[in-house]
Amino acid sequence: MTNNRIVDHPVLGRLADRKEITFTFDGTEYTGYEGDTVASALLAHGIRTLRVHEESKRPRSIYCNIGHCYECRVMVDDARGVRACLTPIKEGMVVSSGKGLPNPLDASIPPEELPRTYQEYEEQSKEGKGDTDA
Amino acid sequence: MILMHDVVIIGSGPAGLSAAIACRENDLDVVVLDEFPKAGGRLLGQLHQEPTGEWWNGVKETEKLLERANMLDTDIRLEVSVYHVEKVDDTFNIFTNKGTLEAKNILIATGAAESAAPIPGWTLPGVMSIGAAQVMTNVHRVKVGEKGIVVGVNVLSAAIAREMQLAGIDLHSMALPAANVITGDGSNPIKVMDGLARIAHLAPSKFIQFGSRFARASAFVRNTAVKFFPPGGVKMWGMPVHIRKAVTAIHGEEKVESVTICKVTTDGDPIPGTEEEVEVDFVCIAGGLYPLAELAAVMGVPFKYIEELGGHVPVHNEQMETDVEGLYVAGNITGIESAKVAGAQGTVAGYSIAKHALQDHSLEENITNAMEQVKTVRANASIQFHPKIDQGRARVAQAFEVNAINSDK
Ligand SMILES: Cc1cc2nc3c(=O)[nH]c(=O)nc-3n(C[C@H](O)[C@H](O)[C@H](O)COP(=O)(O)OP(=O)(O)OC[C@H]3O[C@@H](n4cnc5c(N)ncnc54)[C@H](O)[C@@H]3O)c2cc1C
Ligand code: FES
Repeated sequence: MTNNRIVDHPVLGRLADRKEITFTFDGTEYTGYEGDTVASALLAHGIRTLRVHEESKRPRSIYCNIGHCYECRVMVDDARGVRACLTPIKEGMVVSSGKGLPNPLDASIPPEELPRTYQEYEEQSKEGKGDTDA
Repeated sequence: MILMHDVVIIGSGPAGLSAAIACRENDLDVVVLDEFPKAGGRLLGQLHQEPTGEWWNGVKETEKLLERANMLDTDIRLEVSVYHVEKVDDTFNIFTNKGTLEAKNILIATGAAESAAPIPGWTLPGVMSIGAAQVMTNVHRVKVGEKGIVVGVNVLSAAIAREMQLAGIDLHSMALPAANVITGDGSNPIKVMDGLARIAHLAPSKFIQFGSRFARASAFVRNTAVKFFPPGGVKMWGMPVHIRKAVTAIHGEEKVESVTICKVTTDGDPIPGTEEEVEVDFVCIAGGLYPLAELAAVMGVPFKYIEELGGHVPVHNEQMETDVEGLYVAGNITGIESAKVAGAQGTVAGYSIAKHALQDHSLEENITNAMEQVKTVRANASIQFHPKIDQGRARVAQAFEVNAINSDK
């Protein structure tokens, strides 16, 4: 697990031994070190994708790594929308990736058939149209 | 009942910590808040070689500040995000994710943020800001990837590219972002060259030496240099730096797999037919820094746009006071400069707050000395983000005077 760690550094010196901490991400167990954030511990394991975009479901990762951009939103224990880059890992922490949301405006529906009212949306949903797999 | 503090300091970077130290030396009741899990702000990740050859090691510098702050029993609370500030009568209410605090004075020392330089594909995992790579590399000690490219050529990206090399991370090259409505001057080779000439006196390197030849040259000579910029780039520590090539797109399915680079004219327009694809697994975008000042805006502090300081800054005087009584600013929120300047400004703010809180005019002398120190540090700074800092600073001070005169009328 240390292959992405910068252990030896010509100026900063050798990485000090730190306490190991175990947490889970989307059900899989990972080990990081004391002082790691959720984002750094996962990247050390080569995991970049922290969430998918709510609408497009495209994968997203950290962008700024210092709390400014909110690109790294994950669920930590019961809290949603938590910034992975600011959250230190803790023993037994349960982290899950940010998920997509149902999107009534499924790209496969031709524009002229898109629902114009909420009622039409509900009718189309009953017919199984639209994208509901969050 | 909520406890009333003498001062709440928002931000534990060099500015916030230095201010806290000055306040604690005067025995004020101080609370420092920061949302990052470690104190030190952006100082933590910094690592560059001074022209003297000495290393500026942000981790060590932070330790020094923290040691002094801890010796003075400073209350520093981490993982606390401030999302709103209000002033009711003479009391500031500071709203955080961990409850509300009350204070008679506040210092906003929230630092800087990175400007975006969006290019197609920039939302793919593996694309990050240059500062993100700095924090991963030097603070968390995690490699951001195997082979990357830096998009955006400026003082910060040059410094951080070097930091990645030191950590054994392979960089293909540095190049400009493709021109679009947002990337602006960062995509213009002539403007970029002007910027490089200004950092020529910084850390020793082949690239910088290249820049220094043009530092005092006329605009004509510099433009000629841009025109005849070597097609293979100029090597900096073995890595090619291109100012006549731009990254036009980032590709990949689930994460970054490659980028498209093409040659650009001296104005930054892509030259069709020159595109090449380069395999990388990460991309760092460097769009420059701007003052992170929302909390001052929410408080109704007047702002002024000052190009030399990196954008809109809250109007303040040399004592770091604003128009709102009891509200002070220090560090990069007042303009983009090096960490040493931010720290020196923090000391000024700390003494100003102590003078106000204690009504102790004997502190005038400390304030004056600290203000002198800011000027000395600024004049000797080995990293400078913008030219004409002094003129920019003078314009802010002038704006403060004008506001003061107007409100007296
Ligand atoms: C990504 C990045 C990289 C940089 N790298 C360099 C470099 O290599 N060399 C150099 O000379 N300069 C660098 N700088 C410039 C840097 O801003 C200064 O050197 C210096 O750190 C500024 O000090 P400061 O105290 O004003 O702010 P900072 O050091 O930025 O500290 C501000 C602190 O405030 C906290 N904060 C902000 N908003 C809130 C909020 N709402 N609630 C709670 N806490 C908050 C932040 O978490 C941060 O810790 C960099 C800036 C950035 C943004
Ligand atoms: S990566 Fe920007 S907020 Fe976490």
